[in-house]
Amino acid sequence: MGARAGEGAAAPSLDLGTVSGAPSIDQAEVDAAVDAALQAVAAAATSADLKAARIAHTGEASPLARLNARLRDLPGPEKPAAGKLVGGARGRVNGAVAAREAQLLEVERAARLEAERVDVTAAPVRHRPGARHPLTLVRERVEDVFVAMGWEIAEGPELEHEWFNFDALNIDPDHPARSPQDTLFVEPEGAHLVMRTQTSPVQVRSLLDRGAPLYVLGPGRVYRTDEIDATHLPVFNQFEGIAIDRGLTMAHLRGTLEHLARLLFGEAARIRLRPNFFPFTEPSAEMDVWHPTIKGGARWIEWGGCGMVHPNVLRAAGLDPEEFQGFAFGLGIERTLQFAEGLTDMRDMIEGDVRFSRQWGLTVK
Amino acid sequence: MRIPLSWLREWADLPADATPEALHAALVRVGFEEETVHGGDLSGPVVVGEVLELAEEPQKNGKTIRWCSVRVAPDGQRAADGGEAVRGIVCGARNFLVGDKVVVTLPGTVLPGPFPIAARKTYGHVSDGMIASGRELGLSDEHEGILRLTELGLDPEVGTDAIRLLGLDDAAVEINVTPDRGYALSIRGIAREYGASTGAAFRDPADAVTPPDETDTGSVPVTLEDAAPIRGRDGCAVFVTRVVRGIDPAARVPGWLAARLRLAGIRSISLAVDITNYVMLELGQPLHGYDLARLDGGLAVRRAKPGERLVTLDGQERLLDPEDLVIADGAGAVGLAGVMGGERTELSTGTTDVVIEAANFDPVSIGRTARRHRLPSEASRRFERGVDPAVARAAAERAVQLLVELAGGTAEPGQTWIDRSLPPAPVDLPAGAVLARTGAAISDAETHQALTVLGCRLERNGSDLVVTPPTWRPDLKERVDLVEEVVRVVGYDRIPSVLPVAPAGRGLTRAQRLRRGVGLVLAANGGVEVQSYPVVSAEQQDAFAPGPSMRIANPLDATAPLLRRSVLPGLLDALRRNRGRGLVDLALYEHGIVFRPLDGAQHGTAELPPIAQRPPAELLARLRDDLPAQPWSVGAVLAGERVAKQPGAPAVPTDWTDAIEAARWIAAAVGAELRTRQAVHPGFHPGRTAELLVEGVSVGVAGELHPDLTADVPGRVAAVEIDLDALIAAAPASITARPIPSVPAATQDLSLVVAEAVAAGDVLDAVREGAGPLLEAIDLVDDYRGPGLPEGTKSLTFALRFRAEDRTLTAAEATAAKEQGVLLATARTGARLRE
Repeated sequence: MGARAGEGAAAPSLDLGTVSGAPSIDQAEVDAAVDAALQAVAAAATSADLKAARIAHTGEASPLARLNARLRDLPGPEKPAAGKLVGGARGRVNGAVAAREAQLLEVERAARLEAERVDVTAAPVRHRPGARHPLTLVRERVEDVFVAMGWEIAEGPELEHEWFNFDALNIDPDHPARSPQDTLFVEPEGAHLVMRTQTSPVQVRSLLDRGAPLYVLGPGRVYRTDEIDATHLPVFNQFEGIAIDRGLTMAHLRGTLEHLARLLFGEAARIRLRPNFFPFTEPSAEMDVWHPTIKGGARWIEWGGCGMVHPNVLRAAGLDPEEFQGFAFGLGIERTLQFAEGLTDMRDMIEGDVRFSRQWGLTVK
Repeated sequence: MRIPLSWLREWADLPADATPEALHAALVRVGFEEETVHGGDLSGPVVVGEVLELAEEPQKNGKTIRWCSVRVAPDGQRAADGGEAVRGIVCGARNFLVGDKVVVTLPGTVLPGPFPIAARKTYGHVSDGMIASGRELGLSDEHEGILRLTELGLDPEVGTDAIRLLGLDDAAVEINVTPDRGYALSIRGIAREYGASTGAAFRDPADAVTPPDETDTGSVPVTLEDAAPIRGRDGCAVFVTRVVRGIDPAARVPGWLAARLRLAGIRSISLAVDITNYVMLELGQPLHGYDLARLDGGLAVRRAKPGERLVTLDGQERLLDPEDLVIADGAGAVGLAGVMGGERTELSTGTTDVVIEAANFDPVSIGRTARRHRLPSEASRRFERGVDPAVARAAAERAVQLLVELAGGTAEPGQTWIDRSLPPAPVDLPAGAVLARTGAAISDAETHQALTVLGCRLERNGSDLVVTPPTWRPDLKERVDLVEEVVRVVGYDRIPSVLPVAPAGRGLTRAQRLRRGVGLVLAANGGVEVQSYPVVSAEQQDAFAPGPSMRIANPLDATAPLLRRSVLPGLLDALRRNRGRGLVDLALYEHGIVFRPLDGAQHGTAELPPIAQRPPAELLARLRDDLPAQPWSVGAVLAGERVAKQPGAPAVPTDWTDAIEAARWIAAAVGAELRTRQAVHPGFHPGRTAELLVEGVSVGVAGELHPDLTADVPGRVAAVEIDLDALIAAAPASITARPIPSVPAATQDLSLVVAEAVAAGDVLDAVREGAGPLLEAIDLVDDYRGPGLPEGTKSLTFALRFRAEDRTLTAAEATAAKEQGVLLATARTGARLRE
């Protein structure tokens, strides 16, 4: 128990060494008990070890406890210094125990969590999200563009009265498109019911229901007698747009389509109009879009038909063509999807193979 | 319409180096869609050769080839490819003789395909070129032997450029002519349009002849008598006949004429017929030739008599309709006017005296007859789209000239000419009209120029133009038609791009928003959307949605003529298609329109009001509304495993509960609270089907499909279908939000014993209603059957959560509320507390 010069010099209890016959408490004895306790605490590898060490070194039978007990027998003057010495020793040991306990708990918690390790790559798939049809996604995307411009979305019946599908659109009763070679007629004969061949009847219904000014987009399904092949479906979807107001011109038609094209295909998209003929528009145009980002390189793509609404259409809806005029356009949704996504075969769109829709998922990209 | 460049060049100044592509571009600009290019794809040294000698050499493969010596350049000159004047050529054909003039493709030639020709070693010789067949040159489909120029009546010098000789240097561009522009189905019309597009000079071929003015000096008198005009229009407005006598029936079709017809896509038949076709292509006026010797007196234009029959040129005997316009002689009909001539009086190899008919028929009458007899012809195509009534005489004159010139005939001086056509009505074009409709700043001078070049006659009326359209433009009826012509000629690229500002809109409708939500919720919960054809067979309709159905009169698929009343048949078809492709765990959904006519209702109208006017209000209302109901329906079919087997989890097969779950998602998407009720429904399992109710309104069905209908699908197939319109209408349009009480809840369990047949939902509803407003939530947590219960009963356990808005409930208050619930459940369902 060699006194440590430094500690001894600083410790007032050095003077307490031999004052009376009662066993005094000296520094060396305290240090020995503390050293032993700290060693045991440090050596504890588990919470159980630590608990045993704590009991052995701070419990009732421990050297420190015995030292503590001896304080009672010390002469009065020695008590404060000795008490301080023993108390400090207990404090050091208790501190070491607490520190070690925290360490061991941390290690044990880590070990317990490590034991709970799973293979996250094997997580079970309980609920696989499905997919919406890309035609629906394109439709909603285009609807949103027009709604943002203040237009409204109108719908009409797919089984339509012949008058709305043809006559109201200035299509002559003897027009070849009105033959059963091109149009699906619905029984009974003579009731003038057809499956609409275009979404244009929505034009007339909207004009009748809402009057002018009118800015309406009519998406929906149309029916033709086309043979099914990679680029034709007998039942397909169109957008019909119509704007009737005072002072609308073909320049507004071009501007509207160009706005849509830019939002769908990129800022560099442009619209080109080529003269064409439709009974319900005059002037009429075939519309091409310059698609700047299409697979295979930017190029012109035929997109749809359009023109200034024919005065006879306005007359059929009871509007004065001298006061109101406007434009209309029709776009195939299938065709838009086909060239926008580089799809080679339209038949994939109607077969319902889940692998097709799953390519798109839930939202518009 | 195909336009040979050489032909167009006769009437419009094409640049010397004009290409088919440049011509296409010029025509696209004024509204003719480009289709394709024919011919003009043969190049290189192709010359006339003379066979000097030939030796037949049998080959091991059983063929016999001819080793020929062919002169391809005059004596003492080099051949067109710079080689020897006499060549050794191997030829597989044997249809020629020594001394024949043939077409030799020398090395360096490229045949259509492209097939380049080079000197090559074959059958032990070096064949220094090729003797060509008509097919190899693109002249005909004849490939049985090589082309002998004598057969074409040609005897050119050896070494002559055969490409030029046979017109093989010419090409034709094919364009699509829209139905409003009949005049463009002619070289005349296209030459004018080319001039309008490019500014090139145009010469009207109709002005190149001077027809007689006589009206009744012809030897074939004509009467027009329309007893039954269609839609108030006489069937015939103009009729011209001319006679040419003494043509040589053996006269050959000259090469240039044959080449042009070939490029224009018209088969050569005989010189006289070819001449009528040639003039039709050039002037747009269909002509018909009769054998004068076979005509019985003069011609009459009239409607067919009931039961009248006619054998047309194609050899078919046709029963005529009283609406058909016919040309007749003393012995009956000799032709379907404007559609096809009759066999009895057709031009034949023995014809020497020809009657030429140039007439103008009503488009509607001709169109109906052509469709009725399924006889689209070059003539009917033109008449349907409108033929210039003023060109008939010029066309007849041109045909007469060619018959005299090429067939050696003698023109009779007289002419029969009946003309009841109406002159075009003038149309006002106010200053500024073009700008007001197109937004394009086009000057008066440009407007003037554009209309003039198209043949309009212009006068001024103050600042307005009074425009008289030309006789070949019946489509120019009102101001907007003129506006289109001006902007078409000046160029659509002059139209600027301006985004219009619409008045503030109302956004999507509630139904539109909610329908979007339904799709998204179904997809987010595993559904994959499909879009199927909304037509079904009678069996499919009866299986899932029996009831009155709309039927398509001319269905695409005769086995599926009915418009669907349910989306389930289409979904099941898609399910089966997926299964056929090895995709078996499926949740498919579709939302779309279904067709639900009312039983016994008359849909549609007998009336069909005319174009260009608003129908009277009462009729308009019926036009608009007398249609079968076409509500939106949403449906789903589910099959296979809902959860696949995987580590730590067994497979979970799809069953009826998945359909109910899907119904709940759909209801949740529109904010509706769904109740279910045991039900029976067509196509569904009689014991595993729920009727779906919202606010007491039946909106659909969910459960397991009838196993008999899905026997081909392993496991069970679940399905749901909801009337989206009804669901949205029944769903609350607004919610009543209340403050959320933060006081503690009291939870209790309740076990009730009821007969097995009692629906748990009924017990739950009774407890909820009886317990009153303190009951915040109730869930069915267990359904026990077995030991400890009387036979035929079950024990239902509910978890109840009670809460007051303003205070902490005591256990006694909660229990009292629960007991009220039990009382009502007992009264309604015979439930008793389980001991």
